[in-house]
Amino acid sequence: MEMLNIKINGRDYQVEKNTTILEACHKFGIKVPTLCYLKDINEIGACRMCLCEVKGARSLVAACVYPIDREGTEIFTNTPQIREYRKTNLELLLSNHDKKCLSCPRNNSCELQKLCLEYGVNEKRFVGGADIIHKEDHSTLHLVRNNNKCILCRRCVAACKEQYVSVIGANNRGFDSEIGCAFDAELGDVPCVSCGQCTVVCPTGALVERDDTAKVFEALADPTKHVVVHTAPSIRATLGECFDMPIGTNVKGKMVAALKMLGFDKVFDTNFGADLTIMEEGTEFIQRVQNGGVLPMITSCSPGWVKFCEYYYPDLIPHLSTCKSPQQMQGAMVKSYYAEKEGIDPKDIVVVSVMPCVAKKFEIKRDDQGHDGMQDNDISISTRELAKMIKTAGIQFTELEDEDFDPIMSIGSGAGTIFGATGGVMEAALRTVSDVLTGEDLKQIDYNEVRGTDAIKEATYDINGMKVKVAVTSGLKNAAKLLDEIRAGKSEYQFIEVMCCPGGCVNGGGQPIQPGHVRNFTDLKGLRAKALYEDDLSLEYRKSHDNPEIKAIYDEYLEKPGSHKAHELLHTSYVKREI
Amino acid sequence: MQKKISSIPFAGTPEQEAKLKEVIAKRSDDPGAVMPVLQEAQEIYGYLPIEVQKMVAEGLNVPLEEVYGVSTFYSQFALSPKGKYNISVCLGTACYVKGSGDILNELSEQLGIGAEECTPDGKFSLTACRCIGACGLAPVITVNDDVYGRLTVDDVEGILKKYQD
Repeated sequence: MEMLNIKINGRDYQVEKNTTILEACHKFGIKVPTLCYLKDINEIGACRMCLCEVKGARSLVAACVYPIDREGTEIFTNTPQIREYRKTNLELLLSNHDKKCLSCPRNNSCELQKLCLEYGVNEKRFVGGADIIHKEDHSTLHLVRNNNKCILCRRCVAACKEQYVSVIGANNRGFDSEIGCAFDAELGDVPCVSCGQCTVVCPTGALVERDDTAKVFEALADPTKHVVVHTAPSIRATLGECFDMPIGTNVKGKMVAALKMLGFDKVFDTNFGADLTIMEEGTEFIQRVQNGGVLPMITSCSPGWVKFCEYYYPDLIPHLSTCKSPQQMQGAMVKSYYAEKEGIDPKDIVVVSVMPCVAKKFEIKRDDQGHDGMQDNDISISTRELAKMIKTAGIQFTELEDEDFDPIMSIGSGAGTIFGATGGVMEAALRTVSDVLTGEDLKQIDYNEVRGTDAIKEATYDINGMKVKVAVTSGLKNAAKLLDEIRAGKSEYQFIEVMCCPGGCVNGGGQPIQPGHVRNFTDLKGLRAKALYEDDLSLEYRKSHDNPEIKAIYDEYLEKPGSHKAHELLHTSYVKREI
Repeated sequence: MQKKISSIPFAGTPEQEAKLKEVIAKRSDDPGAVMPVLQEAQEIYGYLPIEVQKMVAEGLNVPLEEVYGVSTFYSQFALSPKGKYNISVCLGTACYVKGSGDILNELSEQLGIGAEECTPDGKFSLTACRCIGACGLAPVITVNDDVYGRLTVDDVEGILKKYQD
């Protein structure tokens, strides 16, 4: 590794050869502003916010894509000329920006707004030019696109491409340029999988999740409704970020307290639903192996992934597990088992799910999910929307005392909690399948081979003489590789876990938005997942089938995994979708 | 200018499709094939409607949006067919100074279509072009191969009347 002596703003530093100016500055405590740059996926040097001076260079250079390759390079990041250039750049961006910040969902979390403050811009310096008013796109259940707030940074295009979906891109040119779909179709009319990764990377308010918080507040204010909420495994690991807590803080107790303060009648843990999923999915897997069913079986917890399969690999639908997702299983059980037990008419129950995901907004309305004409879940909100509700209600989140989930769906095992990280569903399933097949209570239950954020992880396990080869992947670009293998008849696996979002739910499309300068230099997925694996270690029950509430629901209600009743309430079907 | 998407029904022939497939097959391994294939597709069909762009996207295994992005970025690509009579209005400097912008507007109003569009009956299409080298006759328009120069807005109606067949 060759080290170079360089100067930044007159001070001496050493960096590895070919480090970019942006990375070097970050390392030495200088934030160079960026708007378009996303590490590894959008390194296009287009927004020109990161312009820096390299002594001897013909013009200013884009720090994000300029590798330092000469000994003695002298870099300046904060000269009067650079400040003026960056300020002008921002003023030009504002010339056709919808500047209604007060009513913008990204007010206070907008990267453009923040830079404008830092550079003291004159928002009216340039007027005219592009005076097109773009129509807002409200055609999907999961997000709203408002191109009047778009700065054409193309981060969303890169995120969509990374998901192997690529339904959005830059159309037209010059002042007419806009990000949109082919032939100006609305997002609801193209094969978008609803993952919401575009909303997480958007620096402004051009792409935001559909805000369903008003519906929740309305239900809470309705005395005739019994409002139940349940929170997905990964929310406890990320919600704290919305209240400036360190990334990877487990806020389970505070989250439950806040939900109770908001007025929910019952606060349940979706980890219970995750455990239920493992009981059903583990049983389905064993049956497929023993009865010569379609293999490899692929997990079906992630609605973005399921939709991707239905659009782009419909021939592989028989490989999908028929199990509903934990969200849907939980909702179904609230409106049947819980309602019966409490003597409440399920029609009076409003089930709200808090999810790391915006595709869940789509999933609750899928066909073949609810029963008796009711949806399993009525409203699905993201981590971000929950944070917004807590703030609106004036709840001082960081100061809350911990509280516990409510019975009869209060317990989630460690296996349920790790669902939120890539590899978690596989590990949870292996913990249960191994015990079932060996008839023992195995102590070695850490399956480290399937943990971590590698693109594709694989391992072979010997379970009671049966060799099970598994693969785990997240991010649809990676999933496509495994799917192509299956299509070609070359897949050697029996069981595959696919999560739509890279890193799994901890990095879902509904999770807290971290600005570029944090995203690019922080292992978000790793830190958030770590909180879940620590949670797993701290729990009394670490296997789904050990969860006493799970035992109770099978004893009292569902009989056994895969029973007729379980199939009716907890399993579903899929459809081929036309591209 | 934002490209207008034609609403005229697609009327591609099997021969045209076979020709396009041949073009695509020749370049299916070329990562930079979108632009040259679109050029040849436009030669075959005269324009690039969604049906053609879908064939290109599928054939080259690139997203339709990428193909559409390229087709709307370059002014040489047309999303509307050319009419039986294609009217080009020169917007080069000399013609523009002499009022060709007004002539384009008048044509647009009388035909009920914007630039780069085609009338629903397929008869007239309107193109805004750059200098055609007849600055001495500014402002100039061409209708297929006929050239009309030193025009005023009042001449437009009479010119259109000549192409009523």
